[in-house]
Amino acid sequence: MEIVFLTFILMLSIFLGFELITKVPSTLHTPLMSGANAISGITVVGAIGLAGTGQQDLANWLGAAAVALATINVVGGYLVTDRMLAMFKKKGSSQ
Amino acid sequence: METASNLGLVIQFAFVVSGGLFIYGLKLLGSAGTARRGNMFSAIGMLVAVAAALLDQGIVEYQWILLGFVVGAIIGGAVARMVQMTSMPEMVALFNGFGGLASLLVGWAAITIADDTFTSVTIVLSILIGGLTFTGSMVAYGKLSEKLGSGALMFKGQQVVNSLIVLGILVSSVMFCIEPANSQWLYLVIGLSLLFGVMVVVPIGGADMPVVISLLNSYSGLAACAAGFAINNNILIVAGSLVGASGIILTQIMCKAMNRSLSNVLFSGFGSARVDTTEVEGEIKPISAEDAYYILEAATTVAIVPGYGMAVAQAQHVVKELCELLEKNGAEVNFGIHPVAGRMPGHMNVLLAEADVPYDQLLEMDDINSRMENVDVAIVIGANDVVNPAARENEGSPIYGMPVINVDKARTVFVLKRSMASGFAGIENPLFYKDNTRMLFGDAKESIAGLVREFS
Repeated sequence: MEIVFLTFILMLSIFLGFELITKVPSTLHTPLMSGANAISGITVVGAIGLAGTGQQDLANWLGAAAVALATINVVGGYLVTDRMLAMFKKKGSSQ
Repeated sequence: METASNLGLVIQFAFVVSGGLFIYGLKLLGSAGTARRGNMFSAIGMLVAVAAALLDQGIVEYQWILLGFVVGAIIGGAVARMVQMTSMPEMVALFNGFGGLASLLVGWAAITIADDTFTSVTIVLSILIGGLTFTGSMVAYGKLSEKLGSGALMFKGQQVVNSLIVLGILVSSVMFCIEPANSQWLYLVIGLSLLFGVMVVVPIGGADMPVVISLLNSYSGLAACAAGFAINNNILIVAGSLVGASGIILTQIMCKAMNRSLSNVLFSGFGSARVDTTEVEGEIKPISAEDAYYILEAATTVAIVPGYGMAVAQAQHVVKELCELLEKNGAEVNFGIHPVAGRMPGHMNVLLAEADVPYDQLLEMDDINSRMENVDVAIVIGANDVVNPAARENEGSPIYGMPVINVDKARTVFVLKRSMASGFAGIENPLFYKDNTRMLFGDAKESIAGLVREFS
């Protein structure tokens, strides 16, 4: 049942993703990609559980490395996207 | 026991909240006015998810997690602060790769909890997609940053080698799922998927990078998705598939803008399939900055069409200066942005935003084309294929059928170009020989600075 449940979520979120992303204007496609980088850092959530088992085994080290890599994406992705989006201005808007 | 399951419930509901925040954040990205707020919501969603994950009762020690956070935050923060806007494609490629590698590692580590065949299959998938995303992105990064040659590398028997690798991946994946305890199959899957990533991107040239980088963006999401299945975590599935969908849509847009199918981009080096039969008539007519100034001074509508050359020359700021001078002179100035101008989707828009060009002045291809007949002067800065009229007129051209910006329909066209050496794809461009075209040779930044000097 778990498998069906997860697959159901997958199906819904793919359709939702298509609906949302088609509405993003082409002028924002680069921030969209760097923002997507940040969201794909969600792997950190999975890595956290693996890095904190307290067992000094391979899985623990792999998890810790994954935490670091995914955190690069999360922190770097959100910061750089914010930096970019701050530069987008409408004509005549004060700076 | 009671409190443990309550805590589990809290964690799961926190994931629901963070999923909602991701979705709302993406929705706000639908308009430039609200996009920054959307990014903020998305970041809060991530914070909620991470906080919830830290509450997990299975965690007994925090020092390695903390170390990972600190290392990642320092590197990520430094990169985000220092990266130049012209280098965004490289950075996104690099981050795609990190995302892929993280999913590979999570899949690998999840083997200790694998207890059924379904989990083994998802572990293989997250390793496979993660691995090829990682090495593929590293090659893309190397090509974009010119650390590797940006050309397409093809060799004899490439097809055969790739088929063998795919076969090897299939066999070792199946064997791993049959006997997960035997880690040799696992290492084989890891090694082959890393190799496959290199082999897939190596034959793709620099001009096709917008497609590759979008596709790898998608894969980095799908890898997270597969890792979510491997460790039974629904927020990974939701967030991963949102990223996957985003990358696929961008890939489609890029392919459509080049009038090529995805398989054509992936499996054939550009230009190798068709021979260019474009015949050009007329002659090249160079123009001096002074003469160009006289024409521009009389112009009432100007369209600027930037390409990768503007990024290379870092000319966006001086372009903005010219734009202001033209507007002060009473001209209406617009920018025409081709979807594949630059090395990634939206590359030109970011550079011009950096130079303070308002985004409502940046027009998409169809918008600018519908006004082109009324444009007095079109200025092409470091773009070539995306303004090539052969794509419209000459069936023998390798890019025939690709939608282009019809600058040749403007009354006068200035083309800023370094020299007459043919462009990256080596395709003849009849635009340079048209009666209404004038060539302004030299470095793009210098040429525009020259025009700016004439105005002042």
